[in-house]
Amino acid sequence: MLQRAWPRAIRQAAVGAIIGAVIVLALGLFLAVLRYDPTRAAYALFDGAFGSWYAFASGTLVRGTPLVLTGLAVAVAFRAGVFNVGAEGQFLMGATAAAALALYGPALNRPLVILLCFIAGSILGALWAAIAAILRTRFHVLEVISTIMLNFAAMYLVSYLVRGPMQEPTHVYPQTAAIPAAAELPRLPAVRLHLGFFIALAAAGSTWWVIRNTAAGFRLRATGANPDAARSAGGVNVNQVVFSAFAISGALAGLAGAIEVQGVTFALYENISPGYGYTAIAVALLARLDAALVVPAGILFGALEAGAAAMQRDAGVPSVVVAVVEAALILALLGARSIRQHFREAA
Amino acid sequence: MTTLLSAFVESAIRTATPLGLAALGELVVERAGIINIGLEGVIVCGAFGALVGSGFGGVVGGFAGAIAFGMATASVFAWFVVRLQTDQIITGTALTMLALGLTGTLYRALYGAGGAALSIATARPVTIPGLSLIPVVGAGLFNQPAVTYVFYASMLLLWWWMYRTLPGLELRAVGESPIAARAAGIRLARVRTLSLLFGGGMGGLAGGTLVLAQAGTFAEGMSAGRGFIAIAIVVLGRWHPAGVTIAALVFGAASAIQYLLQAAGLGLPYQLFLALPYVLTLAALAGVAGRTRAPEALAKNDEA
Repeated sequence: MLQRAWPRAIRQAAVGAIIGAVIVLALGLFLAVLRYDPTRAAYALFDGAFGSWYAFASGTLVRGTPLVLTGLAVAVAFRAGVFNVGAEGQFLMGATAAAALALYGPALNRPLVILLCFIAGSILGALWAAIAAILRTRFHVLEVISTIMLNFAAMYLVSYLVRGPMQEPTHVYPQTAAIPAAAELPRLPAVRLHLGFFIALAAAGSTWWVIRNTAAGFRLRATGANPDAARSAGGVNVNQVVFSAFAISGALAGLAGAIEVQGVTFALYENISPGYGYTAIAVALLARLDAALVVPAGILFGALEAGAAAMQRDAGVPSVVVAVVEAALILALLGARSIRQHFREAA
Repeated sequence: MTTLLSAFVESAIRTATPLGLAALGELVVERAGIINIGLEGVIVCGAFGALVGSGFGGVVGGFAGAIAFGMATASVFAWFVVRLQTDQIITGTALTMLALGLTGTLYRALYGAGGAALSIATARPVTIPGLSLIPVVGAGLFNQPAVTYVFYASMLLLWWWMYRTLPGLELRAVGESPIAARAAGIRLARVRTLSLLFGGGMGGLAGGTLVLAQAGTFAEGMSAGRGFIAIAIVVLGRWHPAGVTIAALVFGAASAIQYLLQAAGLGLPYQLFLALPYVLTLAALAGVAGRTRAPEALAKNDEA
């Protein structure tokens, strides 16, 4: 067992290192062709992500928090064979619910307000995902399409709210008023790292445990692996599992939105998410849909995003290049897996 | 009232053209048993290709660039899905991310960091003599850029090709029963790759239409979900060229209602109109998707 397990781990690490090196080289070449300075860009990227404790805690980990949570959302859904690519919309709805409750809800003590905002965000995120769940289970609508449509709908809903009913009192900026201090998450001293990061870690841990050790987790994995077998041989109510996967996924993405409002932006505005819900797909796939591995994967992408912001500032490289890196990584992983399978079948 | 109706028809056709072109391409892809979720990325690459091409050869160069970029994007998808047998949904999603990121980066790098609005030559409407004089609908249907007539013609050609020719039969066989098709001597990978390239060309053309016949410029993410709407239109059109065309036109008409509503001055928030296409797609899919049959082998990675 051990002698088999070790080479496999080493092989995977080697494949990962090769993929990483190829992407870094290709990116450097790409930037050089576009007449940017690759070394300067690389230095800015590394410095922005890991250069100091402040950069790491306030940049990488703060950016990584929504990515861990939305990455979990995607991983849970994909594990059940549910292609929820709507984490973006669910995130926006969660942010909206938390902002609305914080702004218009009753003035209670701080822990209670924070908790209620979390719950509101999770519920609205889950409800938003439930639309796609109903469309799939009752009407056979492909969730890849429906969740993307719901992302656009959520985007325009937020746009309407922050320019209409929820706009700040002076009616100048397209955003809500700042949420009351009671709804703000506590932070570590001297950095911007907030309670949300630790909640994301806890969520990853408990999701990992539930998927691995409970009957519900087993039904989720069985449905994802082969829904027909799960139904006929396992007596699993597949529609119910699919529905739960959507709801949990939406709740996690909604929680991410609530945490972003309460821990980072303190207000709701249109572009509150720089595409966290899409990056989440890369995070989940890099983690091989394993809830525990979502944490390092999310932090890695948090580092990339934090570094990319520094790269844009210091080396003038458009930060949107991060999307290229993410997509290239997904394709490389898919390709490597396929080639591995090919060799296994040939052997 | 007549001018309002004419404007309505004109706007419906304008919305329907890129969607219809992309959907007809995706229709062929899906009839070969592949779902290219990366169509959104194909369209945005086509739009970027139109920008690049128009710098060399005006409107014609723009459309050539759009088709070439669309096909190049689709060939990446084909290489992964047909050759490496990767998951179609994940590959398509990654391809869309790649396309949006790449076009965004290249646009900012090559055309200015601020993304200065470039104005490029646009296709002028071509009036079809006689037909354009039909009252109310004539001007809207037959006084359009040439690419709109390409859309009408593709529908007729595809209808004939899919149901009246041997390669068309082979295409449908591959999508329904790849194993039987292969046993009959059809080269699966070839049919699927070619259909993906065709779909890429059509998707690219759709992107080119946005730039060259409508916006007159490129903007990051200007595909704005049209690739996903086009995939929905294939479902709504029940995987038939005529159905897909009708679905695209109905969708265009439904979206064009916003102009009538705005003209009516009900004071509704503009975001409602912007969200309308997406909500409509959801509603239409809920009504149709369960009651129609997809090609049997769609999105299944059977090792055939």
